[in-house]
Amino acid sequence: MKHMTRAALTLMAVLAVAACDKGRRFDNNVNLGAGANGAVVPGSANDPASPLYFQQSVGDRVLFAVDQHTLSDSARAVLNAQAQWLMTNADYTAVIEGHADEQGTREYNLALGGRRANAVREYLITQGVSAARLKTVSYGKERPIEICSVESCYEKNRRAVTVLAAGAIS
Amino acid sequence: MTHLTRLIAVLATAMAFAVPATAQDGPLRIEITEGVIEPLPFAIPNFVPESGGAGELAANITRVVSEDLTGTGLFREIPQSAHIGSVTSFSSPVQYADWKAINAQALITGGVTVQGDRVTVKFRLYDVFSGQEMGDGLQFSGTTAGWRRMAHKVADTVYSRITGEGPYFDSRVVYVSETGPKDDRRKRLAIMDYDGANTQYLTDSSSIVLAPRFSPTGDRVLYTSYETGFPKIYVLDVASVGRRTLTTPEGTMSFAPRFAPNGQTVVYSLSQGGNTDIYAMDINSGQSVQLTTAPSIETAPSFSPDGSQIVFESDRSGSQQLYVMPAGGGEPRRISFGQGRYGTPVWSPRGDLIAFTKQSKGRFHIGVMRTDGSEERLLTASFLDEGPTWSPNGRVIMFTRETQGEQGSASLYSVDISGRNLKKVRTEGAASDPSWSPLQN
Repeated sequence: MKHMTRAALTLMAVLAVAACDKGRRFDNNVNLGAGANGAVVPGSANDPASPLYFQQSVGDRVLFAVDQHTLSDSARAVLNAQAQWLMTNADYTAVIEGHADEQGTREYNLALGGRRANAVREYLITQGVSAARLKTVSYGKERPIEICSVESCYEKNRRAVTVLAAGAIS
Repeated sequence: MTHLTRLIAVLATAMAFAVPATAQDGPLRIEITEGVIEPLPFAIPNFVPESGGAGELAANITRVVSEDLTGTGLFREIPQSAHIGSVTSFSSPVQYADWKAINAQALITGGVTVQGDRVTVKFRLYDVFSGQEMGDGLQFSGTTAGWRRMAHKVADTVYSRITGEGPYFDSRVVYVSETGPKDDRRKRLAIMDYDGANTQYLTDSSSIVLAPRFSPTGDRVLYTSYETGFPKIYVLDVASVGRRTLTTPEGTMSFAPRFAPNGQTVVYSLSQGGNTDIYAMDINSGQSVQLTTAPSIETAPSFSPDGSQIVFESDRSGSQQLYVMPAGGGEPRRISFGQGRYGTPVWSPRGDLIAFTKQSKGRFHIGVMRTDGSEERLLTASFLDEGPTWSPNGRVIMFTRETQGEQGSASLYSVDISGRNLKKVRTEGAASDPSWSPLQN
């Protein structure tokens, strides 16, 4: 985290707002605060080693342009932070989930989500994360987080989400 | 020419499009005629129960025969309340004048016998205005539980005799049944008769299932499931509902499986390192060969009915387009050149056309083109139409239509390849990704 600029951190925080898939691997609904005496509660969003911190403060997802899988500058900034976190917290592995918006045929979108997930995986590897810790999967257009049929929803659905799992990759 | 044969000629012409006129059975000739299609009026008095307790079944069978025919948009039933004549015995001679008077062009009569759990349905078809029977009487037998199939077989025979087209009513559809809101959709495989009757569920909704496809004989279904957390291909036996996965390498995704006409080879997409290519697997040995090697997305393969070629989609040109390659792989030839993106090509069972999904200017269309890409025609337009599948006779296309917005949901629709008779297919709840079976035996 020490390499990150304040601007990048702010950006990531913005990107991370409301960026939670419905309680998939880890429960999102834990207390976000510090303990009574100001100490960090292990596992809370204030614990920098927690998956919640990764999800909410580091930023667990990057977004893509329509029918594209190239990483924008802001996406790279998020992924730099993800890579740092993953290298610091070596007990975690991750599955990178690629997604598409609904404007496309089902099977093409599966392939497109695969491209997006792979773009993230490749980038994290170039930043030093071991390839053995990173798997990819695509959900195509099957798992939107936003359900309206306009661009404000579509842009949030065109995403790759780094989902943490504890322990060695199988 | 009689009135009926004239109408037949018009109907047949409408269905034949630019296809050169061909002779039908018997004295009928097809005239090339432009014009609005008036559905052919027919009368179908309730089939006569010929054994005790067959009355209700006979009436039900009569209804299904009529619904099959009128559902095509090519026939119109003259309601029984308008009938002057009645048929009380299957074997007694037809009083043509009674049917002519109500302007029925065709008359269908039938008899139903039930013995234990077996039902026998016999029927005759009459050309009212020429005062002749059209073809011989026929009878079909089966289980009482399968009575709808007997009705479909009667309707198939009538349809084929009058239009000269192959039958399609005695067929099934496998599809994805959908429940739940858009951001928590549950999907499971379902199978039903082509008209929405007799729905059965083939999987539970614990994991996402996508895009089922029938085998050439309709006994098995290929589909994609996230059962392991990753998309993998499964083959399911329709009768036993037993399933097994087709083994593909660890760390890859496999999807978009379709059978070859031989029922042994499966073509599918394998995604690895962000690249998606088409492979062919021998379903018994599990051995795969790679058919495409481009760094782009190659998916949605579909065999020609003779098994010699595969049509698929690729974005190698920068956007989704359709290509045809030899079944063993090799240099593909691009066939789509219009404005927009083309995907999900499906070769017609007649071999003459390829159906596809087209995206253009924010709309989705189902369309057809010749196998060289010529004579493209769009049949539908909506917020989201996709995934065409052909009726066994290559005359009707079923597809998924999804409505827009937060309450958006998917339904099955069908449309004639003329673009006429667009209608929603009856399903139990929301439905997507239909695959139409071959005609049942």
